[in-house]
Amino acid sequence: MTEKQGLVGEFFINGDVACAEGAISAGCRFFAGYPITPATETAERMSLRLPQVDGVYIQMEDEIASMNAVLGASWAGVKAMTTTSGPGFSLMMENLGLGVMLETPCVLVNIQRAGPSTGLPTLAGQQDMMQARWGSHGSYEIIALSPSSPQEIFDLTITAFDLSEKYRVPVLVMSDEVVGHMSEKVVMRQVAPESLITRRRPEVEPEEYLPYRTDGSLIPPMAVAGEGYRFHVTGLTHDERGYPVMTAEAQDRLIRRLVDKIRVNKADIIRYKEIQVEDADVIVCAYGITTRIAQFAVKLARDKGIRAGLLQLITIWPFAEEHIRELSSQAKAFVVPEINYGQIVLEVERCAGDRARAILVPHMGGGVHSPEAILEAIQEAAR
Amino acid sequence: MTGTVNEEDASIAKYLRQDRMPHIWCSGCGIGPVLGCFLRAIDRAEIDPDKLAVISGIGCTGRVAGYVKLDSFHTTHGRAIPFATGLKLANPELKVVVFSGDGDLVAIGGNHLIHAARRNIDMTVICVNNFNYGMTGGQVGPTAPFEARTTTTPYGNFEFPFNLPYLTCASGASYVARWTVLHIRQLDTSIAEALTKPGFSFIEVIAPCPPVYGRMNKEPEGTDSLHYYQERSVVRNGADPKDADIDLNGPIVVGKFVDRQRPTLWDNLNQVVSKAKERATAKAKV
Amino acid sequence: MKLWRKPFDYADKATARGHVYIDNDRCKGCGYCVEFCPREVLKMGTELSPKGYNLAFVEDEDKCLACGFCEVICPEFAITVSTDGNDNRAS
Repeated sequence: MTEKQGLVGEFFINGDVACAEGAISAGCRFFAGYPITPATETAERMSLRLPQVDGVYIQMEDEIASMNAVLGASWAGVKAMTTTSGPGFSLMMENLGLGVMLETPCVLVNIQRAGPSTGLPTLAGQQDMMQARWGSHGSYEIIALSPSSPQEIFDLTITAFDLSEKYRVPVLVMSDEVVGHMSEKVVMRQVAPESLITRRRPEVEPEEYLPYRTDGSLIPPMAVAGEGYRFHVTGLTHDERGYPVMTAEAQDRLIRRLVDKIRVNKADIIRYKEIQVEDADVIVCAYGITTRIAQFAVKLARDKGIRAGLLQLITIWPFAEEHIRELSSQAKAFVVPEINYGQIVLEVERCAGDRARAILVPHMGGGVHSPEAILEAIQEAAR
Repeated sequence: MTGTVNEEDASIAKYLRQDRMPHIWCSGCGIGPVLGCFLRAIDRAEIDPDKLAVISGIGCTGRVAGYVKLDSFHTTHGRAIPFATGLKLANPELKVVVFSGDGDLVAIGGNHLIHAARRNIDMTVICVNNFNYGMTGGQVGPTAPFEARTTTTPYGNFEFPFNLPYLTCASGASYVARWTVLHIRQLDTSIAEALTKPGFSFIEVIAPCPPVYGRMNKEPEGTDSLHYYQERSVVRNGADPKDADIDLNGPIVVGKFVDRQRPTLWDNLNQVVSKAKERATAKAKV
Repeated sequence: MKLWRKPFDYADKATARGHVYIDNDRCKGCGYCVEFCPREVLKMGTELSPKGYNLAFVEDEDKCLACGFCEVICPEFAITVSTDGNDNRAS
């Protein structure tokens, strides 16, 4: 069997498989999941590859169990991941919150499909984007990335693991059925284990260790089970000792830290790509598969003499507020094509204020936009 | 020169988070004695406490995780077992113990319970069964006896309860026992046995809940509950779990019901993967 | 109890004597120790703990045989039973 590392080379594979390989290259050695179209292929690939790299694959009885098993594995010191789609994503919400509260590094991939409810299981959607931010109850901040190709999903899955380990927070990879099921060339680079980020370990003796003491960095070093640290962690609001403390003061301290550790580090977390934005009057703001159609629409617009540009959001959450604000003084409008009836456009609108319009190009799901639909909106915006 | 009478009892102090005592459980609550048995069992079964992880869910019994000076996880309602599954599979050297209540393990967590038993994952589950949801004030649960009074069955429970030994045995558990809090010495032995036995071990402990379940069901004091167990319990080791139903008018059958050898999840996983690796190596040589 | 003859090894056997210590900060007055002590060593009192619970107390420690049942049944980990090195038998 293959060596105990990620594959290296050029491959013609689909997004789901690329995601699995990205995880393995990132050092993921535990996967717990449940079959759901269109994410199943990732689970199948993991079930094949994890035993080859001395990892563990387990198919749990439902998505709720999967999310919990991933948290448990992370607390045993292993990089862990699960993948799902809309209905499973909803089920995982409560325990995503547990992951946030316990500050557990892990990756949750949502290969989105059209909803709500059972919707169109085999067809595209980008309809869980707000749910990614607000889906679990309580006040928290999360990191979500959005790939637009099998190559990107390979690379961003590695980034997702790095960010989750660095910030001790579950990271979401919000892909979609088209990226998941399309086959394209993926270049899998050699990923040296030293180049990967792993959670900071405690630097004190077990007797002195407090699970949530941060020494100012906002991110506490993480002990794992079985090393003699004898820590207690709970989903209840807790103090530095990890003990439940049922007061408003403890809640204030904890929530501010959980949220601030992401907000304060936005510059490190937020990523985007820009094409011809420097002189653009109309900026198409897209993410996921829609980026690729938008790119062509921008080219068509330029051919017609419109100064259009493309902003691909790679990090969706935390949202690139400052950048949109900045661009809103330059452009007269943003065109936001998404495979939903308006989610990320609300963020763009909020950040653009009354300096620039935000025009939604919706697609209810089940397919992708046509370049003409986006071009029409660009032309309307340029008027 | 004084010494403690139960040598193992010296262990209770070192495994308790003394800075959190006294605990929050009510006067007469059965959880304390069960926790004591578990703590004594750690040394009795010669478990390395640094490799022991306690995982609990939500509810009064769920608070156990917060009082033990071990790696402990207080997780979400019903999900202690899958969390423990992840811990165990990622680090098979860990000894994982799930300590939770009847509502948490059997109602919302019921699906996870039967799957863990089916897999025969090496894990010990201690289910403190006080027949209701105590933390939230005494609502009915899936183990409440028929016609029991609870805050959500003011006219009497109109559902049949689970027979937990039967359920877990049928699902595939390797070790199944039921005791009451009064059978504290047998519980000591049972927990120690379960901890050392590979595979899925399930111990149900019938426990008093005086301020809610007890008060609503003619057991206003904890001592009333313990006397009820004294009168009604029948020790039948090796009994067929299907005869272990609990009814307000009948006996409480206690004992060790199941103690069998079955390959564990890890045994099976390793076997399948090793065979595949051998085949792959053989193929490569050809 | 009255014996019709002394057992041959009477001089060698010793009955343990226990010393029961109750932590008043932890006792919640449930009464389990009182109810199930086989020798009626403990009783419920009228004294209140700092949290307002009626405390159990040791009424007659001479009767204690150090069975340890009160210690294991106490839900609060409030009771410790220890044995003295000396027993009541002259060697």
